[in-house]
Amino acid sequence: MRFTEEDVRRVARLSRLALEPKEIKGFQLDLSQILDLAEKLLAIDTSKVEPLAHPGSSSVFLRPDVVTEINQREAFQAVAPEVDRGLYLVPRVVE
Amino acid sequence: MTQKNWEVVIGLETHAQLSTLSKIFSGASTAFGAEPNTQACPVDLGFPGVLPVPNRAAVERAIRFGLAVGAHIAPVSIFARKNYFYPDLPKGYQISQMELPVVQGGSLRIQTKAGEKVVNLTRAHLEEDAGKSLHEDFQGQSGIDLNRAGTPLLEIVTEPEMRSSEEAVAYARALHALVRWIEICDGNMQEGSFRCDANVSVRPLGQKEFGTRCEIKNLNSFRFLERAIEFEIKRQIELIEDGGKVVQETRLYDPDRDETRSMRSKEDAHDYRYFPDPDLPPLCVSTEWIAEVAAGMPELPEVRKVRYETELGLSAYDAGLLTATREAGEYFEALQSAAKGVDAKLCANWVNGELSAALNRAGLELTDAKVSATKLAGLLVRVGDGTISGKIAKELFEIMWSEGGEVDALIESRGLRQISDTGALEVVLKELISKHPTQVEEYRGGKEKVFGFFVGQAMKATQGKANPAQLNELLKILLAGD
Repeated sequence: MRFTEEDVRRVARLSRLALEPKEIKGFQLDLSQILDLAEKLLAIDTSKVEPLAHPGSSSVFLRPDVVTEINQREAFQAVAPEVDRGLYLVPRVVE
Repeated sequence: MTQKNWEVVIGLETHAQLSTLSKIFSGASTAFGAEPNTQACPVDLGFPGVLPVPNRAAVERAIRFGLAVGAHIAPVSIFARKNYFYPDLPKGYQISQMELPVVQGGSLRIQTKAGEKVVNLTRAHLEEDAGKSLHEDFQGQSGIDLNRAGTPLLEIVTEPEMRSSEEAVAYARALHALVRWIEICDGNMQEGSFRCDANVSVRPLGQKEFGTRCEIKNLNSFRFLERAIEFEIKRQIELIEDGGKVVQETRLYDPDRDETRSMRSKEDAHDYRYFPDPDLPPLCVSTEWIAEVAAGMPELPEVRKVRYETELGLSAYDAGLLTATREAGEYFEALQSAAKGVDAKLCANWVNGELSAALNRAGLELTDAKVSATKLAGLLVRVGDGTISGKIAKELFEIMWSEGGEVDALIESRGLRQISDTGALEVVLKELISKHPTQVEEYRGGKEKVFGFFVGQAMKATQGKANPAQLNELLKILLAGD
């Protein structure tokens, strides 16, 4: 299997997912199969192909530097779980 | 610890906040100091279904920077998502540039005690800033202000080419002066508009491979940059000499204790999982656009410095001072254009001499100078046309500095006009000569030093108002004898 249990735990931690120990085996299998699929693509010789970041040939549209947004804090904070003095409150985060 | 057996290797990453009115991907304002979250719109808040649209002015500023450092400006560059989880980044990713940044290469010239050095740049890329987390006062919670989220940044990365904290600070200062000179960043370090991360490692002298590096984050003053690097060099050398190993990690500088502390080690390091942002097609910069931006660029400090030396005949030292900051440059240019017909060297001496001394005494910046460039020009014009002597000009400058006033009015009201009337001067000199027969004898006997005595006496008698050139000429004739 390409994915070890440790790999699964690491990816889960990066994704902030709390996995039950019994779920790990299943993800190990699923993720390994995804890697197997990706492996098939490696069989193609791409040495002469330009890397493609986006399909199509369009370039991004640029907007003029103008302030168009007005203060709508009240409306946005109406759907926030908790606010205080204009700040959004979240569980304490200190690195 | 013997630092001389070690070589220090430093690379800097600087975040310069670009001076746009609106954010990099939304139309929300970037003004500093607003009430929390009043300048955070749905794009900045990461609401579902919103799309980022890049700000043309942010890209234009990146181009300006690229042109100023002689970099390659990529005709096509790619915005990428840098993924990490933190509440001051509601989308869960920061839009940045990874594989193909808009500015590639380039270099910056720095001055240190040892002379000139060129620091090569790796790249400069566009990205958005995150919001701010406040941890006090919220009883087990953190408060999030997203006004800063989406503010445009240019991250400027050097090659690991600096070899001391002195070089690192010289580079940071030169970069700071440049981004302000080309008006892409206000350079306000207190407000976080210009902040540096330093990558520091040490290796035994002569070793080819780099040592393991530590990154010190968010240094927002030149002093902290210097102190943090100094501490980190000492820490790493001592660690290795004691048989330990430097661990690759991110560290924070604590100015109160003057030390760096571990913030997160490599095991906890974020795995950013960069990938091209599907919301943003490639950023294309045409050669026409680059040419247009180039045409609107101000004369660069290095170019102007050479011009001052060759065209105005200023010394390298004076020319360097007058092009060191945007303020100095603007002041001198304004002075030059207002002081028509006045020798450029005289102007330079006044800016770098009297004016700079007065600023130092008052603890003021050039922008707060009590004597404007136009007023100083008025004063120097009167020196140039012989109305007042240099000595009187200095006295007048002091008066203008402390009390204000216009030059010509001050000259009249205080009777400071230089005596250029030969008759009046002759009377004064003749009297002096008759009063000091001994000295006249000495002069005539070949003791030329005595000439200075008469000049001093004449200046005293005229309260410094005698025209020096005229005085010398007349005195020579009169002393030569009957």
